[in-house]
Amino acid sequence: MDAIKNKFIEIQNAEMSFHTRKGVFNALRDINLVVGKGEFISLIGHSGCGKSTLLNLIAGLTHATGGMLLCANREIAGPSPERAVVFQNHSLLPWLTCHENVYLAVERVFGKVEGKAKLKERTRAALAMVGLTHAEQKRPNEISGGMKQRVGIARALAMEPKVLLMDEPFGALDALTRAHLQDELLKIVAATGSTVVMVTHDVDEAVLLSDRIVMLTNGPSATIGDILHVDLPRPRERVALAQDPQYAQYRSAVLEFLYHRQAHPAKAA
Amino acid sequence: MSAIMENIAKPVAANEEVNTAKTPVSTATVVSVVPVAAVKRSRVQLRPMMLAVLPPVVGILFLCLVWQIISIKNSGIPSPMLTLKSAAELFAHPFYSNGPNDQGIGWNVLASLKRVGMGFGMAAIVGIPLGFLIGRFKFLSGMFNPIVSLLKPVSPLAWLPIGLLVFKAADPAAIWAIFICSIWPMIINTAIGVQRVPQDYMNVARVLNLSEWKIVTKILFPSVLPYMLTGVRLAIGTAWLVIVAAEMLTGGVGIGFWVWDEWNNLNVAHIIIAIVVIGVVGLILEQLLVGLAKAFTYEDVKN
Repeated sequence: MDAIKNKFIEIQNAEMSFHTRKGVFNALRDINLVVGKGEFISLIGHSGCGKSTLLNLIAGLTHATGGMLLCANREIAGPSPERAVVFQNHSLLPWLTCHENVYLAVERVFGKVEGKAKLKERTRAALAMVGLTHAEQKRPNEISGGMKQRVGIARALAMEPKVLLMDEPFGALDALTRAHLQDELLKIVAATGSTVVMVTHDVDEAVLLSDRIVMLTNGPSATIGDILHVDLPRPRERVALAQDPQYAQYRSAVLEFLYHRQAHPAKAA
Repeated sequence: MSAIMENIAKPVAANEEVNTAKTPVSTATVVSVVPVAAVKRSRVQLRPMMLAVLPPVVGILFLCLVWQIISIKNSGIPSPMLTLKSAAELFAHPFYSNGPNDQGIGWNVLASLKRVGMGFGMAAIVGIPLGFLIGRFKFLSGMFNPIVSLLKPVSPLAWLPIGLLVFKAADPAAIWAIFICSIWPMIINTAIGVQRVPQDYMNVARVLNLSEWKIVTKILFPSVLPYMLTGVRLAIGTAWLVIVAAEMLTGGVGIGFWVWDEWNNLNVAHIIIAIVVIGVVGLILEQLLVGLAKAFTYEDVKN
């Protein structure tokens, strides 16, 4: 594995166990991962393999029970706007308009150094980037699921985070909306050069979007089974890639990992 | 009454759909269709309205019938007609005042409402912030839960003697009784509301590193508002109940005192009228709060 230049996120021997009433539940073990600046990483695996747990560890929402997590050479001690999260369930505050939802994040990050006018400008720019200028004054219950997710992405990006963490951001959307948002995400990431770690269970999504795919073994006590380096040139175009033999190769490599080497997780789990 | 109003509104709306469905008809049959449609429309309009208004009216008539039968069998209880005449006299001059013990029914109701308002207001000022703190901090929750659980089932009227002892007057004692009965639903519902704030919103707050003040104003308060209003709604029902009983015991002014006074005067018609008035005012209070709750509930938060 070629050395990662510009180490940005380092995870060393991370381990995560939960104390439940039935005893200690070990979710993750021996997680060793390095993410470079500007890389797009996907975390993929079966349900219950701990992908979201790993993302929460990187986000700082959960504290690892073993090992160390570093971001920009600093230990990850807690959640921060620097590691912005796009939740699977958009998590927009329903009593605020889209503008106010994004403004809340912008105000928190830039409020101390910038004036209100500049903050509003940032909010508008973020919403424009996801193509939602027309829905600025609408409330979440007045817009579609895809639009809500886009606002969530706008909110995360408006904070100009060091890392963008996405937890199955398109999981709750229909296939067409998902495809559209994946294309938009590609454009946004190309424009901003963000480092992205995304949890997904969609193989096509992982191959299309990522530079590397981290495949996790089945839970409990999941670990990194394999890391696939996706060497497709950017910008990536969906329709063209559908014919690309290398794309098909990567795709079957991931499928083979998920469905052959990792048998379906037991129904009891 | 409002239920009847709602039911009347619906059939008219359904009717609009019937009309518009009928309009795209070929012109050849328009002449023959329109009169049939007109007849059908009035029939369609009449039936749901009848179905909506008739049962409650029949219910009230049934009640009056039972009342009439009881009044015939028991000479102490006046018939509906007599009560109606008495009511007409009473409501002709609802706001007269011949001294503190002889006031119009309007003044009495207002006096009771004033006491409920004060006791209720104080319960809200104390109970809602306390509920917030209890919901937010586990230690406080552990501290107050036993106290609340112990005192909640106690009838507020048992608190009345303590109120009379401490305040040495009927008015503050009655307000105290209202305060102690209204505060529990407000504390409990607000605390539950705070505990039920969806973890998603709290995760957003954590990732954004929001200050405690911002969390309270932007996330907790709007999220808890529906629960808070439910607590307030529950409390108003009990409060109105308690004020009547408390006033019977303490005397002075108010609709409860008036009921007891009229019993001493053996004016049963007035007692029955008081019952209806108490019921109507209670219903209005509850409907006002239901309206308020609806205005502040968002679809997402309702879950």
